[in-house]
Amino acid sequence: MHPTAESLENRFSEVFLASRESLGDLSIYVRPEGALELFRALHDMPEYGYDYIVDVTSVDYPMDPERFEVVYILYSISRRHRIMVKIRIPEDNPVVDSVVGIWKGAEFMEREVFDMMGIQFRGHPDLRRILMPDDYEEGYPLRKDFPLVGKGWRDSFSFVPKFQGNPGVIEGKPGGDASFIPS
Amino acid sequence: METENLTGVTEDIKRKEVVLSNLRQAVLQNLDSSIQTDQFLLNMGPQHPSTHGVLRVLLDLDGERIKRSVPDLGYLHRGTEKIAEYRTYNQIIPLTDRLDYVSAMANNYAFVRAVEKLLQLKVPERAEFIRTIVAEVQRIVNHLFWLGTQALDIGAMSVFFYTFREREELLDLFEILCGARLTTNYYRVGGVESDMPQEVVDRLYRFIEVFESNIKEYNTLLETNRIWLARTKNIAVITGDDAVNFGLSGPTLRGSGVPYDLRKFEPYGAYDQVEFDVPVGSNGDIYDRYWIRIEEMRESSKIIRQCLDKMPSGPFMTDDHKVSFPEKGQVMHNMETLIHHFLLVVQGFKVPPGDTYCGTETPKGELGFYIVSDGSGKPYRMKIRAPSFVHMGAFDHMAKGYMIADIVTIFGTYDIVMGECDR
Repeated sequence: MHPTAESLENRFSEVFLASRESLGDLSIYVRPEGALELFRALHDMPEYGYDYIVDVTSVDYPMDPERFEVVYILYSISRRHRIMVKIRIPEDNPVVDSVVGIWKGAEFMEREVFDMMGIQFRGHPDLRRILMPDDYEEGYPLRKDFPLVGKGWRDSFSFVPKFQGNPGVIEGKPGGDASFIPS
Repeated sequence: METENLTGVTEDIKRKEVVLSNLRQAVLQNLDSSIQTDQFLLNMGPQHPSTHGVLRVLLDLDGERIKRSVPDLGYLHRGTEKIAEYRTYNQIIPLTDRLDYVSAMANNYAFVRAVEKLLQLKVPERAEFIRTIVAEVQRIVNHLFWLGTQALDIGAMSVFFYTFREREELLDLFEILCGARLTTNYYRVGGVESDMPQEVVDRLYRFIEVFESNIKEYNTLLETNRIWLARTKNIAVITGDDAVNFGLSGPTLRGSGVPYDLRKFEPYGAYDQVEFDVPVGSNGDIYDRYWIRIEEMRESSKIIRQCLDKMPSGPFMTDDHKVSFPEKGQVMHNMETLIHHFLLVVQGFKVPPGDTYCGTETPKGELGFYIVSDGSGKPYRMKIRAPSFVHMGAFDHMAKGYMIADIVTIFGTYDIVMGECDR
């Protein structure tokens, strides 16, 4: 086990779930409750010193009971080390605590995650859509049940092939757009 | 008689003055209660020449000073991340060209590096050198473009003509390499698309020899220009701690004195075999970031010269045929090779399951790809960490308190490209 992961497990035993090292990257999995204290320690304590936020992103696993995975990529400039913190959350309550109070750069990154995946960030100062229009109501584009083509205004054109059946069906297999059958 | 008349006139004037001043008072009182004269909201963009694309900013102004600014992004959002989930890895490389269209080679490099990290693929020595050279040429091209347009935004027009003269020469070299000037699609997973011909090597040597004097030429145009200096010094200052906290990267971060450069921190390509310095600023203002980009061009030409000197011979593409295409001559004569070629095109190469983040130092900052693979030929999820997008997060902080005319220079100092920001 990586020494950083080990010290985190000792210090935050009720939040820490697991750690994994692959391809030279250290990933740790934590619970959504109480993760904010862990993030604050990662930033403030010189032992960790992850002062630089690289990115906040999310992955959708529609077949999993805990559907969404929020990934925080942090970097320590003094220690030259990168860590990925991953939080799994269910579909019916997709809420995690916002880290904007710790890393100000997270504001736009979390807004993008909200825009693309529909994950709420508790305590975010300005949680609005960022890339999609403010009044966009078709859903969240990067979820796996959002089709690649043929939804929204474009679909109302008479010359555009229509969907057959329910476009909201999750295919399970990524990249499968089999529900798209031109009429 | 005369004096009596005169006193009558002065009294008349005095009476009128009193009436007028009462009237003025009344108007001013009415004004105060109905309209605010000192504060208003201004919409800038999305169509504005200084925004380098389509960027809209809402400005809350106090007179000419900026109190608050709210960037409104997404006018160039094309859903690259969504499209990538439906494409094979080789099909995504041309998509990355369209992110930051000013430095397409650097985007290609960032993407193929992330895929190679997932595949744990070793790239041949010559390919690494070619990639490093081309990435540094791209850095010079990008900084030349930035210098020209930044000076143009401020009003110094002539620099533009000089920098584009050199940029043209380098884009011609790209054209020889891969047939395209801007959307290059030159890097491949496991190497590059074609070998670097001797003509490019010779012309690069010749270019580097005169480039130092060219940089001096740009400097003489700008460093003695008092208007340009007044508009860049002590504008948009950000401290090192704030810059790190906002996640800024590239010259924008190094201008504040933080020596964060992935080429030094996590050496890739041939960067560990060449000697170069990372220029670092001290004030964190627009002038420092300008100076860093100028110095980076010097360092880049140093790197190119060392790489050209040391460039080994050998293959420019990996011989791992799980990812590389078979030789074209073989495809036409050998059945198995034809099937292999067909499968690579239709299904793409399989990438083992897992996820990784790989950041690359592009001219604009840290361009990272977070890729999740499920073992198939297409990425399950691909996230692009675009430096321009992260820089826009710090825009409000950096623009606060400066004049409305400085907005243009602050856009410029990020070296912002909306194709990358909105993806």
